[in-house]
Amino acid sequence: MKVKVVVTLKNGVLDPQGKAIQQTLNGMSFSDVKEVRQGKYFDIEVNIEDEKKAKAEVEEMCKKLLANLVIEDYKIL
Amino acid sequence: MKSSVIIFPGSNCDRDMDVALKKFGFKNQMVWHNDPEIPKSDLIVLPGGFSYGDYLRCGSIAAKSKIIKSVVEFANSGGLVLGICNGFQILTETGLLPGILQQNKYQKFICKNVYVRVNDKENKYFKNIKKEILELHIAHNEGNYFCSNDELKSLNDNNQIAVTYCNKDGKEADDFNPNGTLKNIAGIFNKNKNILGMMPHPERMIDKYLSSNDGNFFFENLFENLK
Repeated sequence: MKVKVVVTLKNGVLDPQGKAIQQTLNGMSFSDVKEVRQGKYFDIEVNIEDEKKAKAEVEEMCKKLLANLVIEDYKIL
Repeated sequence: MKSSVIIFPGSNCDRDMDVALKKFGFKNQMVWHNDPEIPKSDLIVLPGGFSYGDYLRCGSIAAKSKIIKSVVEFANSGGLVLGICNGFQILTETGLLPGILQQNKYQKFICKNVYVRVNDKENKYFKNIKKEILELHIAHNEGNYFCSNDELKSLNDNNQIAVTYCNKDGKEADDFNPNGTLKNIAGIFNKNKNILGMMPHPERMIDKYLSSNDGNFFFENLFENLK
C-alpha cells in the first residue's frame, strides 16, 4: 500500500524559503498572504498490506530519516 | 600519526583535507563511504562538500551510509572525529553532535573569509594553539546552527561552543554573524570534546600564496597535540 507523509518545520523555526515565497506572492498582488511555511511531501509504497503495520513502519522511517526532529514535525496522512 | 578522510559521493574538500593533513605530518588515508570499516586511525575527518547532492537534508543520507557505524563506534570510544562544513552537518545528522545546520538566514550561498574565535582550549584540537582569532574560509548554504534552549544551555555549561564568528579583534556581534547562526556559533564539540564540527575550512587556509595561512595554526597544533 501507499503511505503519504508530510514533513513540516516546527512552529517558530526560521523558514527563509517560506518567507521568500510569501514576499513573492505579496509582490504578485496576492496581498492577503500572511505567511508561507514550506514543507516536504513523501509518497511511500511499501510491501505491507495491513494499514496499521504499514503506518507503524513509516513512522519509524520518519523518526530515523525523513524528519529531523530538532526542527521538523511529521504527519502520516 | 594516522588520519582517515572519508569520501562520500559529492564530497569535494576531501583532497584539500588530504593535502593539509599530509603537509603537517599525518599519514593520511582516503576511505570510501561504502567500505565496511576504517583502517586504524588517530583521527577521522568528514570533509566538506555536498554529499548525496544535499538531498533530503544536508548530511542526512551520508549519516546513514555503511561507514558511519565505524565512525560512531570510533567516536564513542573516544577517538578524534573532525567534521568540516558538510562533515559538521553529517555529525549533527548522526546525532554525534546536538542541533542542526539550517539554511542561511538570507537565503544566500556564502563564500568568503571570516574571523573565528577559539573559545575553549581544554581539548586536543585547540590546546596550546598559538593564535586564538583565526581567519578562515566559509562556503555554505546551510551554516545557520540551531538547537533547543536546553541543548544550548548544556553547550554553554560544558564549554562545548568551540569557535564563534567575530571580527578581526575577536569581538562578537550580529554584524559579524554571516548566516544567522545561534550565538555566532561556527563550531561545537561533543561533551567529551573528542568530536569537533565546524563550518569554516581550515584546510583552505594553509598557503599564503593561495589564501592565508591561519589554517596552519590549526593543523600544526592538532598534530603536536596528538603526538
